[in-house]
Amino acid sequence: MFIYISTIIFAVAILLFCWSCYKRFRLLMLGKSVDRFKDFGPRLKNVIFYVFGQRCTVNHGYRFGWNHLVLFWSFMFLLIANTEFLFEGLFPDSVSFSMLPVSLYILIEIASVLALLAVCIAMLRRLAFPPSYIEARSMDAFVILGLIALLMVAFFGLHASEIAKGELEATFMPVSNFVASTLFSDVKQETLNDYIEAFWWLHAIVLLAFLNYLPYSKHMHILTGIPNVFFKSLTKVNTQIREDFKKGNVFGVGQINLFTWKDLMDSYSCTECGRCSDNCPATNTGKSLNPRLVIHDIKANLLKNGPFFDNKKAPVLPLIGKGGEGSVSEEVLWSCTTCGACMEVCPVSIEHVPKIVDMRRNLVEMNAKMPGELLTFFESMEQRSNPWGIVPSDRVKWATDITVKPFEAGKTEYLFYVGCFGAFDARSRKVSLAISKILDAGGISWGILGKDELCCGDSMRRLGNEFVFDRMTKDNIKILTDKGIKKIITQCPHCFNTLKNDYRQYGLELEVIHHTELINNLIKAGKLPLNVNGADLGNVVIHDSCYLGRYNGLYDVPREVISSVTGRAATEMDRCLEKSFCCGAGGGRMWMEEEGKRINVTRVEEALKKDPKTVCVSCPYCLTMFEDGLKSTKADDKVQVLDVAEIVSMGLK
Amino acid sequence: MLVITCVKQVPDTTQVRVDPVTGTLIRDGVPFIINPYDTHALEEGLRLKEKYGFRTVVISMGPPNTEVTLKKAIALGADEAVLLSDRAFGGADTLATSQVLSEAIKKLGEKEEVAIVICGRQTIDGDTAQVGPGIATRLGYSQLTLVDSIESVDLKAKKIRVRRKLEGRHEIVEAKLPAMIAVLKEINSLRYPTVPMRLMAEDSKATLWDNKIMGLQETTIGLKGSATQVRKIFSPQRASGEIIGEGLKDPKEVSRLLIDRLMEKHVLSL
Repeated sequence: MFIYISTIIFAVAILLFCWSCYKRFRLLMLGKSVDRFKDFGPRLKNVIFYVFGQRCTVNHGYRFGWNHLVLFWSFMFLLIANTEFLFEGLFPDSVSFSMLPVSLYILIEIASVLALLAVCIAMLRRLAFPPSYIEARSMDAFVILGLIALLMVAFFGLHASEIAKGELEATFMPVSNFVASTLFSDVKQETLNDYIEAFWWLHAIVLLAFLNYLPYSKHMHILTGIPNVFFKSLTKVNTQIREDFKKGNVFGVGQINLFTWKDLMDSYSCTECGRCSDNCPATNTGKSLNPRLVIHDIKANLLKNGPFFDNKKAPVLPLIGKGGEGSVSEEVLWSCTTCGACMEVCPVSIEHVPKIVDMRRNLVEMNAKMPGELLTFFESMEQRSNPWGIVPSDRVKWATDITVKPFEAGKTEYLFYVGCFGAFDARSRKVSLAISKILDAGGISWGILGKDELCCGDSMRRLGNEFVFDRMTKDNIKILTDKGIKKIITQCPHCFNTLKNDYRQYGLELEVIHHTELINNLIKAGKLPLNVNGADLGNVVIHDSCYLGRYNGLYDVPREVISSVTGRAATEMDRCLEKSFCCGAGGGRMWMEEEGKRINVTRVEEALKKDPKTVCVSCPYCLTMFEDGLKSTKADDKVQVLDVAEIVSMGLK
Repeated sequence: MLVITCVKQVPDTTQVRVDPVTGTLIRDGVPFIINPYDTHALEEGLRLKEKYGFRTVVISMGPPNTEVTLKKAIALGADEAVLLSDRAFGGADTLATSQVLSEAIKKLGEKEEVAIVICGRQTIDGDTAQVGPGIATRLGYSQLTLVDSIESVDLKAKKIRVRRKLEGRHEIVEAKLPAMIAVLKEINSLRYPTVPMRLMAEDSKATLWDNKIMGLQETTIGLKGSATQVRKIFSPQRASGEIIGEGLKDPKEVSRLLIDRLMEKHVLSL
């Protein structure tokens, strides 16, 4: 009788689990196709690195990530024991634990002890000192931790009873043996039989419950985390998928089935660790955006609407709506600076930013819904190809007092793409002048497009106005190819990223170099005559531009330049490099009003803690945001903001 | 029932320079835009369409490239666009322009009753603000200028109630339909075209009415039908203004003095 009951229960539970997984998997298939299968090798490498190496889990100063690493690896070994157990439940006559090689016993024992410890630490942490950035004391977490702990208790109970009864070799199971000798040594043989049966069933029930609970909890990441890392983007997520502007197409994502299957898998994989929110400049300044909840809402929306799509019915819950579970509010979508901090720290490689931009696209392109100030911005961009709607002929005004040559095909090597800020903004014009001075000093052959230069379109793309971005890009590409331009120096990291990474999607491969990179090369080649420490800059604190650092991995370049010029390393802020905190202007936020605590003020306050005399930036957005922030904090008389180029230009002999 | 919006394609005047020698406008490379006031007229037309179920037709007199502007109007939601284009219409002043436009409105009215004609307050190139009133006079419509709000439209009683913005005050006026209203920018905030609408507009075509179709007497239209002629365009030299209170630093004091002086000269009054 015993045999049949366990076989039936196990079979039913396993089938139930498979059914749940199948249902979830079917919902993924609602998503649009996207090719994430090519390059098997690098993908496998990512899995080894990020999953088995748990790189993103232990990185970025999250010390409890080590606890997860221990739990993860323990489970890798317990997977063997538990797979055996499932088969044992299904076929009690033919499979038993003793069939495993004895060498595995010790490993499984150690893994069990470590898992139990890790679970206790995780529980204690949640109870005693929960992290501020997440609802750590969620029922979900305690249920799963409790189940794991109970599973371990049952494991030791079962094997200790078996050892006490003499049914199992004790040599390689020191912990179970210890339990047997301390707790079960006086227990009668018949009672031990009851113990074995009781612990076996406890183990069975907990394991099957755990299995069936997984697909319905945040612990679904145990199932989807590995494939999600496998299918992660092989390049940095610094661009957006292009849209095909054909009549009848739907643009952006306003309905859950318009996401790609990978977007949907991302939502399944969220572990709710809260690192994205912990690093998000919007969340940190009290905005309604919380990247973790955006991902959660996508999942909730999919689960709610999925069955309706399955039956070819209309969805019942709007994806973009008033907020609330399963629905993302417009305010949330407009709060994102696209700084990419969320994606940088996500242990399961979720790509938050493209989803937010996709939903913005729906608002802008399908519904023409956006904050009022963007209307003027969009019109200016379309009519004058610059954010302020300034007359294009003013693009050359920055160079009124110097001699600048126009780019000539075949004669000029580099195009200096001045950018809208560099050309129109009074403060950034000084940076343009500094760059031209350095280029001349370094003997670079360069020229400009002058009034023919157009905006690269970065903000349009990030704000979801892909239609206009697409046109601007095509116009730009025509100019660049007509003039035979191959090499471009940019002043702005946003132009840099757009020309380099966005335009590549249009088949245009340019050699784009950010000015800091070019300057660094010149210095390294000994082509810039520098007076080390020629300028009195005091304590120089460095701020990373998101589009240079996180988007393009250029962290060392500005640092090397600063130390070459000042003779010492720049001072780092508490949040720097990959974890740098955005200035607040990216993703088109530059052109929008900001409510509540301002991101730039938060960042300036962080910089002021380091007692700087100079804050060094390499982006015109950051420059503006820092200067504004210093004014707001009334520190502008003590601290100056300079671009890397300005620092170098001051140090030129 | 029709709401007809009159729009004009104008050179982006902020980018136009006057040739100092010939005194004419340098139009080379200057982009054309919809006259900014007319964009608000169009928006109001679209709002009336949404609220009262009118059909919105946008009309424009201009060279063939005006079609770009009309397509933009279609992308924003206009149901139909009519382009009045013929060499014979060229060189028109406000008198001749209002003649062609009002004849076109009459022609549209033959098929479907016209309820409201909306114009922008004025154009940014001519700045006369005469075409709207010209149309109203020629068609015998109620003439409502400087409108910053349409309060109500009563289609049964054929009445419209609008708010006019006058200097220092507002005026609520009720008038009979059909009416011509000339709107201010404050009347509404503009909408942005959706991509599906833009794509639809790209394939659309404005109905072209030349003078063969219109059949207007050549003496009433274009240069020949114009009562005024441009002799010279120039930027007036501004004599330096009167300086009040030399060496003053306190802004409050300066403002006080300025207001006193303006009142003395009856520029301002209480």
